[in-house]
Amino acid sequence: MSTAIELRGVEKSFGVTKVIQNINLTIAQGERHALIGPNGAGKSTTFNLISGYMRPTTGSILLRGEEIAGMKPFQINRRRLSRSFQVTNVFANMTVWENLRCAVLWATGHRYAFWKNIDNLPVVRERTAQILEDIHLTSRRDVPAGLLTYAEQRALEIGITIAGGADVILLDEPTAGMSNAETERAVTLIRRLTEGRTLLIVEHDMSVVFGLADRISVLVYGQIIASGTPDEIRGNLKVKEAYLGEEAA
Amino acid sequence: MTDLASSSVAPPRPTLSDRMKFYGIWILTGLVLLVLPKVFSSGGSMTTFSLVGISIIFALSYNILLGQTGMLSFGHAVYYGLGGFLAIHAINIVGFHKWPIPLPLMPLIGGVAGLFFAALIGWVMTQRSGTAFAMISLGLAELVASSALILRSFFGGEAGISANRTKLFKVFGLSFGPQIQIYYLIAAWTLIAIIAMYALTRTPLGRMCNAVRDNPERVQFVGYDPHVVRYIAFCFSGFFAGIAGALAAINFEIANSAYLGAVQSGTVLFAAYIGGIGFFIGPIVGAIFVTVLSLGLSDLTQVWQLYFGLFFIAVVLFAPGGITGLLMMHRPLVRAGMLSRMLPSYAMAALPTLALCVGLMLMIETIVHYTVNPNEDPHIQAFGIPFDAASPITWVTAAVLIVGGFLLARRAWSRVGETWDTTLTAARAKVHAL
Amino acid sequence: MLELIVISTLNGVLYGMLLFLMASGLTVIFSMLGVLNFAHASFYMLGAFFGFQISRWFGFWPALLIAPLLAGAIGAAVERFGLRRVHKNGHVAELLFTFGLAFAIEEIVGIIWGKVPVDYRQPDILDFPAFTIFSTNYPAYKMFMLAVSVVIFIALLLALKRTRIGLIVQAALTHPHMVGHLGHNVERIFMLVFGVGTALAAVAGVIAGPSLVTQSNMAALLGPILFVVVVVGGLGSLPGAFIASLLIGLLQTFAVSINGSLASLFGPLGPDLAATWLNDIWNVTIAQIAPIMPYLLLVLILIFRPMGLLGTRET
Repeated sequence: MSTAIELRGVEKSFGVTKVIQNINLTIAQGERHALIGPNGAGKSTTFNLISGYMRPTTGSILLRGEEIAGMKPFQINRRRLSRSFQVTNVFANMTVWENLRCAVLWATGHRYAFWKNIDNLPVVRERTAQILEDIHLTSRRDVPAGLLTYAEQRALEIGITIAGGADVILLDEPTAGMSNAETERAVTLIRRLTEGRTLLIVEHDMSVVFGLADRISVLVYGQIIASGTPDEIRGNLKVKEAYLGEEAA
Repeated sequence: MTDLASSSVAPPRPTLSDRMKFYGIWILTGLVLLVLPKVFSSGGSMTTFSLVGISIIFALSYNILLGQTGMLSFGHAVYYGLGGFLAIHAINIVGFHKWPIPLPLMPLIGGVAGLFFAALIGWVMTQRSGTAFAMISLGLAELVASSALILRSFFGGEAGISANRTKLFKVFGLSFGPQIQIYYLIAAWTLIAIIAMYALTRTPLGRMCNAVRDNPERVQFVGYDPHVVRYIAFCFSGFFAGIAGALAAINFEIANSAYLGAVQSGTVLFAAYIGGIGFFIGPIVGAIFVTVLSLGLSDLTQVWQLYFGLFFIAVVLFAPGGITGLLMMHRPLVRAGMLSRMLPSYAMAALPTLALCVGLMLMIETIVHYTVNPNEDPHIQAFGIPFDAASPITWVTAAVLIVGGFLLARRAWSRVGETWDTTLTAARAKVHAL
Repeated sequence: MLELIVISTLNGVLYGMLLFLMASGLTVIFSMLGVLNFAHASFYMLGAFFGFQISRWFGFWPALLIAPLLAGAIGAAVERFGLRRVHKNGHVAELLFTFGLAFAIEEIVGIIWGKVPVDYRQPDILDFPAFTIFSTNYPAYKMFMLAVSVVIFIALLLALKRTRIGLIVQAALTHPHMVGHLGHNVERIFMLVFGVGTALAAVAGVIAGPSLVTQSNMAALLGPILFVVVVVGGLGSLPGAFIASLLIGLLQTFAVSINGSLASLFGPLGPDLAATWLNDIWNVTIAQIAPIMPYLLLVLILIFRPMGLLGTRET
């Protein structure tokens, strides 16, 4: 199986603080991979490095074999890697429909077109409608994103992330702050939407992680201390000690 | 299958009557522009209409930046002014060589000039957004305005460059001497520019401009470079500003350094913001309002610019949505048929507010009398109302109006706020129930 | 030549220090409140006019104290009753509020003191040459201006390093998003910072007024240069603002004293441009382009260092 993402010796420092220390990680195409670890372990930073939000201090990041370290976020996005944000990050004054449509435009090749009527683009229309249905927000189509409930905004966040048709998806704590019922619905949604795509997910909710992931990596103090299938991670003593034990306490 | 899904999920296509309404508005606008000179035929109103038209194009071009893309520029007059200068030079050159290019095409030259300079300067400017962009726009505007005074042969120094618009190649026997012909020229360009700028908001680029305004960070993660989006928006904005500048140059048959100056940049900002930057029509309303007001106020009081500035501050403080924002706020009430519930409290608040304003005006005019014209007769007139600036009665009246008006207005407006909240909740509930 | 260099350096440093008096307040206000105070130069102008008026009534020395206090009080009131109100409408509204304020202050000053320069004189006690170098008398008043700005600079530095509020301000400079967590007295600190910042600008106005021109357009002339200083230095960086102030001060002062042009440089070798538009560029002297020097510097910085000399922040 070919690799989707590969991190080789990636490090990131802020001033003298090394937040990420020599991470090596390989994620196969079509794999659902979860990144877990205690707060401040560097999970979000890892996401920021992969998605181009930050530049690694050293090391290389490969997307389907191509070096992307140092590229701008939009260049990486155009290579069909898309991410969501931990803190909801949508276009607050625009309606749900317009939010999703913005996320579809580049991928459907309309780019910076200023000569096309946006309401007359059938492919954009269909794809936006499809995503809107997928995330179950049809009834909220014309509501400004800023006025949605929290769970709805999280759903929209995922919708924007997948709308461009990326085949490598990074989700940063998609169920954070949700009730149990909402979490359950979100997991079903994520499972369905990422079918056949590569998924890297940061998540605190262990039921979500173990229910969703094919493989899990554990990040502690900027280092990956274990990587393996859910069963391997469950049985790993080092992980129990450093992370799961702490969680239980 | 997908087709079925999308047809029910996507926003409905505009119906025939929607479309009729939509095109009807444009046709109606065209007709109004056409018959306006027949209704108000004096030379003065022709001049006013011409200025309003120019100002509408300029304000709308400004709103491509501020309202659509979220870029606050303090130097938009640069592209207006350069458009005007290039058009003046073009008129002179074309007239001199007797090339067969008629006057109505000259605004296009201004537009291309504005586009060219926006494209030239814009790339470095649009790298930054927010406050940094605002400051940079000011710095670059100063650079161009100061350079205009140094490069005398192109910009004509203090006097400016003048031209004779009637010397060009004539089409349909139009000389473009009389103001009425210039009015129709400006009206036609205004309509074209409004339609073009409206169309721009409904393109992929236009929507991405809104996205950049709302959240430039996220734009990067849906594949777009916000810098490029800002840059293209900036170029369009420069293009339409250049058209407006060229029309101004044609209207006055002169272009001078004031065209590119800070005052011109400030005026367009005032017009767009007072009208309301959140709606397409806002800057149009603002341009009409500000142009008519500045023409009218200057006859009524010598310190009209102060009133203008204070009015702007009041809009920023109390009505950040501008005039259109205030009106549009009432849409849910109108829809629920509950607008009348607000009227009594509005009336209650309007009275003390008016008193406060009158008191302030009385105070300002009195101070002006003592500081600006201390040796003139104290029986002065402001806004057509005569009063004695030297009389203590005037001073006491002013003080009472200001203090009393302020106290009462404050209470009345907080009452308005409460009524507003309850009425809006009721209106929403009613519409929801329907 | 040496004379020119010494005098220009002195004048340049002096101008730079005056700029920094204003730029420091602007920078601190920007870092803490997130507002670019467009009206900052207007408080400099208010300082000059208050200084002029008070020194007429009570003499220069009381003016040096009272005028900044008065302007600072106005500044604090602007923050308390104006900015705090518009804060909820976002940064654009805040910036526009100060823009409208700058416009209104210019009009009010024009109404009260007229549009022509007022006769604001330096105190007689300082009206003598401080020293003479190469036959040029250097006025004592300029040395006094330099001394005042240096003293304030040092006082500011000490206040930043030694006082509690200074430490808070410093923290805000490096971690602007943490300002919100300062606790219940954050509003009072904002008001204080705004008041002190505008008072500093007013000090610059009081002492610069007699030596420069005190006129109702002085804020409009200086304001843009102030913004250039802040952008060139890097938004929110005090050391950056200091370097940029001196840089622009020296640049402009030296440029004014140089009379060369491209034409004089190349002399008879120059192409014949007499009849074209390029002729202007060819014949303009460096002294003539001195006023646009800061803006040229701005363009260069934007091309080569978009974040400013010491800036780290995007907005």
